[in-house]
Amino acid sequence: MTTSPALLLMVGALGVPLLRGWPRRVLMVALPIAALVVLWLLPEGTGATFEFLGLVLNPVRVDGLSRVFATGFLIAAVLTAVYALHLRDSVQQTVILIYAASAVGGTLAGDLLTLFVFWELAGLSSALLIWAGRTERSHRAAMRYLVAQTISGLLMLAGIVFRVASGEGLEFSYLGLDGPGGVLILLAVGIKCAFPVLHAWLTDTYPEATIVGAVALSAFTTKFAVYTLARGFPGAEPLVWIGAIMTVFPIFYAVIENDLRRVLAYSMINQLGFMVVGVGIGGSLGINGASAHAVADMVFKGLLFMSMGAVLMRTGTVKGSELGGLYKSMPQTTALCIVGAASISAFPLFSGFATKSLILEAVAQEHRTVIWLLLLFASAGVFHHAGIKIPYFAFFAHDRGYRVAEPPVNMRAAMALAAVVCVAIGVAPALLYGILPHDMDYVPYTTPHVVNQLQLLLLASMAFTVLIRTGLYPPELRSVNLDFDVVYRRILPSSWHALNDGVVRVRNLGAPLRRHAARVWEVGTGPLRLEGQTAVGWSTHLMVWWVVLLLGLVLLLTLL
Amino acid sequence: MNDDDPRWLDNPRNVTRVVYGLAVLCALALVADLFYRKHPHFGFEGWFGFYPVYGFIGSVGLVLSAKWLRRWLRRDEDYYQRPEHRDDD
Repeated sequence: MTTSPALLLMVGALGVPLLRGWPRRVLMVALPIAALVVLWLLPEGTGATFEFLGLVLNPVRVDGLSRVFATGFLIAAVLTAVYALHLRDSVQQTVILIYAASAVGGTLAGDLLTLFVFWELAGLSSALLIWAGRTERSHRAAMRYLVAQTISGLLMLAGIVFRVASGEGLEFSYLGLDGPGGVLILLAVGIKCAFPVLHAWLTDTYPEATIVGAVALSAFTTKFAVYTLARGFPGAEPLVWIGAIMTVFPIFYAVIENDLRRVLAYSMINQLGFMVVGVGIGGSLGINGASAHAVADMVFKGLLFMSMGAVLMRTGTVKGSELGGLYKSMPQTTALCIVGAASISAFPLFSGFATKSLILEAVAQEHRTVIWLLLLFASAGVFHHAGIKIPYFAFFAHDRGYRVAEPPVNMRAAMALAAVVCVAIGVAPALLYGILPHDMDYVPYTTPHVVNQLQLLLLASMAFTVLIRTGLYPPELRSVNLDFDVVYRRILPSSWHALNDGVVRVRNLGAPLRRHAARVWEVGTGPLRLEGQTAVGWSTHLMVWWVVLLLGLVLLLTLL
Repeated sequence: MNDDDPRWLDNPRNVTRVVYGLAVLCALALVADLFYRKHPHFGFEGWFGFYPVYGFIGSVGLVLSAKWLRRWLRRDEDYYQRPEHRDDD
């Protein structure tokens, strides 16, 4: 029987609430490290398989692709665990490890059923990280989050059922878009991967998570989805365009968004877009690029969320309109945030430079001019909002008079570790390139590449400076911006209320109508009476279908 | 807010110096285009100053169009809170 790093992490996590003080802290950090060791001791190939209800399950499969993602998840788990050490909340601390274990387990899954189980577990466990805010607002956000995750899970289950029914089996390898099963699974992945229009849950709910919760959320769910794409849909042409749109549209929102954690959520979609393009291009360079950038993103996006978490913890807000001048009292957090900002902006010597360029190179080699120009525009754009806007409005800009302490030492340690990883990947990309799934011949540090990247970024920062100095830059305002979440947060609920009001008005139209209605009622309910059609015996499966349909409807209506 | 020493960046003249420093770096980056061999994938990549010009124009265009989009997208901060308190009315 093969040991699974995910199982180790999950079973170990159950010990967290039983311990207190230092033993708990040691356990929290030791578990993901132990899982990382186990992962690297596992031989490549598929582990033990067993049969369940006539289906062949293969819970542990290690190959280049699954190993690089699982490694990234476990590094992110170590960083998040360190960041969470100061909490006196065993629920969050346990959930972080279970959530990380779900992502690792799903990554190592060799069959679709195992994948589905971890897919659901990741969605359910992470909802607790939003719930843990324990306010009305976070409760509602968690419900919206859970609905999105559940819909994604149902779509995946339906896709798997289609595949099994059509005899394609449970094996989780290339899925493709030929059958309805593959399309449904792509839709399921599209929700978790924040495809355009399906993305609203992410920018809506991530910023409502707890300080530690947002750091954990930023690492796992979306990159788990990228892994599923890379495994199931490499080279799928629609992904190239979907990814390109994902890189471009969020940067407009990020420029005018006031909540800095929401700015990071938008920039996460932008970064996911690069990975989706990489998967869509496919080939060894595209898949390597998507994998490498996913690992880098887990760390630098985590670092940025950590620094904004530190700001939120000390000042009580992450709104750009209320922050500024924090570099005076939080110099360490400022410096670490800037490392994260430089990494996401792909400055030479930082991780994004070594990983994002793989994707751009893959696109260039295919001579996809429009896509390449869009990605280059998005690269300048991400530098604008994540690279400059976040540090500038939080730590510089107008001094708002906050004189606060640095965050607790464990939070600073987590940020410092993340910063070290960012710089290590940037300075010695071979560390990461060496564990990528495919062999490749790519050198990131060439004179043209370094010079061109510096030109792009320097002139983009000049543009920011000119706009700020001339007063043309849009000021940070207390506001929210309409995004697709308006559909389920305003339009659907208000239509429902309008419908209700309408029904009441119709009912009051008067006695004549009521008499007619009574007659219609009598005729209509005929089949429901004892002698009616519906009173005869129904088959069980028909009944089950009705129950499922009604329960689903009630659930949907109550959650909206 | 007590015994706060003025910092180097608190002086507007120093901020202007930073801006000039950035301008010098930008100029250097532009001039650097003359001193290396390019290996372009696309023809336009080989033009002088393609990356800096694209970066500058792209960024200005991004910010100004986002500012323009704000006219339609901007709502009050409590926009989503009102319907949730509908039951309290």
